[in-house]
Amino acid sequence: MTALLEVEGLEISFGSLAAVRGASLQVNKGETHCLVGESGCGKSVTALSIMGLLARNGRRDARVLRFDGTDLLALNERAMSRLRGNRLAMIFQEPMTSLNPAYTVGSQMIEVMQRHRGATRAAALARAEELLARVRITSPGMRLGQYPHQLSGGLRQRVMIAMALMCSPELLIADEPTTALDVTVQAQILRLLSDLQKDLGLAILLITHDLGVVARTAHRVSVMYAGEVVESAPVAQLFTKPMHPYTRGLLDCVPVPGKVRRDQPLGSIPGMVPRMTQSFRGCAFVERCTLARPDCAGEIVRHRLAAQHDYLCQIPPDRVTAP
Amino acid sequence: MTTPLIEIRDVGHQFRVKSGLFAQPKRIVAVDGVSLSLPAGGVLGVVGESGCGKSTLAKIILGLIEPSAGEVLIDGRRLDGLDRRERARLIQPVFQDPYSSLNPRRRVRDIVGVPLVAQGGIADGEIRRRVDAMLARVGLDPELGERQPAELSGGQRQRVAIARALVLHPRIVVCDEPTSALDVSVQAQILNLLAELRRELGLSYLFISHNLAVVEHVASEVAVMYLGRIVERAETETLFRAPRHPYTKALLASVLTPEPGLGIPDTELGDTMPDPANIPPGCRFHPRCPAAIDRCRSDAPMPRRDRRGLAECHLVEMA
Ligand SMILES: Nc1ncnc2c1ncn2[C@@H]1O[C@H](COP(=O)(O)OP(=O)(O)OP(=O)(O)O)[C@@H](O)[C@H]1O
Ligand SMILES: Nc1ncnc2c1ncn2[C@@H]1O[C@H](COP(=O)(O)OP(=O)(O)OP(=O)(O)O)[C@@H](O)[C@H]1O
Ligand code: SF4
Ligand SMILES: [Mg+2]
Ligand SMILES: [Mg+2]
Repeated sequence: MTALLEVEGLEISFGSLAAVRGASLQVNKGETHCLVGESGCGKSVTALSIMGLLARNGRRDARVLRFDGTDLLALNERAMSRLRGNRLAMIFQEPMTSLNPAYTVGSQMIEVMQRHRGATRAAALARAEELLARVRITSPGMRLGQYPHQLSGGLRQRVMIAMALMCSPELLIADEPTTALDVTVQAQILRLLSDLQKDLGLAILLITHDLGVVARTAHRVSVMYAGEVVESAPVAQLFTKPMHPYTRGLLDCVPVPGKVRRDQPLGSIPGMVPRMTQSFRGCAFVERCTLARPDCAGEIVRHRLAAQHDYLCQIPPDRVTAP
Repeated sequence: MTTPLIEIRDVGHQFRVKSGLFAQPKRIVAVDGVSLSLPAGGVLGVVGESGCGKSTLAKIILGLIEPSAGEVLIDGRRLDGLDRRERARLIQPVFQDPYSSLNPRRRVRDIVGVPLVAQGGIADGEIRRRVDAMLARVGLDPELGERQPAELSGGQRQRVAIARALVLHPRIVVCDEPTSALDVSVQAQILNLLAELRRELGLSYLFISHNLAVVEHVASEVAVMYLGRIVERAETETLFRAPRHPYTKALLASVLTPEPGLGIPDTELGDTMPDPANIPPGCRFHPRCPAAIDRCRSDAPMPRRDRRGLAECHLVEMA
């Protein structure tokens, strides 16, 4: 398996806030790597930092940040912008922050292709229309002439997906791409992405809160908590043998169709993610963890359960009770 | 029979969209001939295709969009006959996006107090007291009241939105995807909170969501929308156990349960997508319906009901 994206020891900070603290992950060609974790744990900023799109007040540092062998840390903004939207594309979490309300869908879609590929307006328009149809938008011609606010949430989301695919990227970073969609469209879009993956070897870094999507699309899953990757495993392992107490809590919160009871509270993890600073030591989950013990305030061990499965927690594998 | 809290009859709404300089404006049928009712204390779940008109319907019920047809009764009174303050005391929204639905430049405490201030004639001390009580009720530290939305997490922001919706003690809350911007652990906290508040304050919810497991968890009754119409309605257990409309069946079959290895199900709905600017003749689901027969292409099915609920499909046998 060839690594297309390699991230090691990623650190992101905003002033005193340590948003990402030494995260590592790898996305291979033709593979879907899902990134999950509580709101605010640093998933989106991780994605943005790979794209070189962190807000100005953000600082990025890493031991390794490579795309297809190219050291992204060494690229200047001009070189980076040649990759972005081209070989490396992103679907943003907030459609309205990446769709400009002042321009029609069509003009925003063709702009990327004219810029990177020097395509003619007509060719770019044809491609845009074809992609809108592929993401199951009807009357694509009419939609090209519309402004973002005239679309429903689900339509906007699909426009974003089509836009990211304009230049046939090798790596697609998708931040909650199907959250606003109904499940039938979600299934169709996920099948489309999986077809592209099979046909073109597309690598996908998929950020999602939906553990159903994770279970059905991921090859590998990384779970983040308070800026760290606290567990990483092949998908089947993660669901059958979750090791980190946070991962285990997370799986309990999911209302499972056909198994939920009305008027009975769902499993939840009381409390919320703490705000992290650079000087923080110990496990960030300690205050919410039912298995916490005194040494959780010290240096935390990364246990390895299998070649591809590791987790960051003091409790050794044989002491984690079966789910 | 007691008056339903919400009763809407034959409500429709269309948007006009210009598509280019010289083209004729197109008409988008967002909501078409929808009737439904919400009994006091009930939770009506609304599910359906993206763009099928759920949010438009919610906005009509909230009085934010005036429907082009039909009437909306809230607690037995015509919506357009209620003034804004009366309406606010009866019905309040919680929207999907806790980021854009809160004014970023105001303190949390002021945001939650807005509906009270808008009522007029409530003393400052009383407003303060009620806001504090509400913040505590939704599980927010009073200290957070002094902060601005940007300083809160997504889950906290959604709690602020809920506090604002409940501060007047309305009877109905319209929740338009209240947890879809939240992660599952925060979603579980918010859903548990909404359930508690419903029991304690005797609220009724209209609950829109794409997440069918969530709807199954919270709703007592479910309406399934397709291209502006309600195509099936039934009690929650009945609907999930034995869906009758082909679209409902497809919807349930598309749910991704957290079971690795099963892959993405084929919806069997084909490649044509519903187009609200171009409603097909006959049954509006026929171009995608795996069960369609000739009659479906020309003859629009009427809504029919029996004790299992309502369905709008030629093939559904009524009991
Ligand atoms: N521009 C910024 N300035 C200051 N803090 C920021 C900025 N962008 C993000 N943060 C903070 O960094 C942390 C990580 O944010 P991020 O958006 O990556 O979370 P996330 O995991 O994507 O959450 P969600 O699931 O809610 O999308 C949060 O505490 C957030 O408030
Ligand atoms: N202001 C508007 N102008 C023109 N068309 C609109 C407007 N608002 C909504 N529409 C259209 O009306 C239809 C219904 O939109 P609505 O937002 O009600 O759908 P929805 O069911 O809430 O979808 P989603 O699940 O994607 O949120 C869509 O085709 C949408 O594009
Ligand atoms: S009426 Fe016909 S086309 Fe419509 S849902 Fe029923 S079987 Fe399908
Ligand atoms: Mg995010
Ligand atoms: Mg909507």
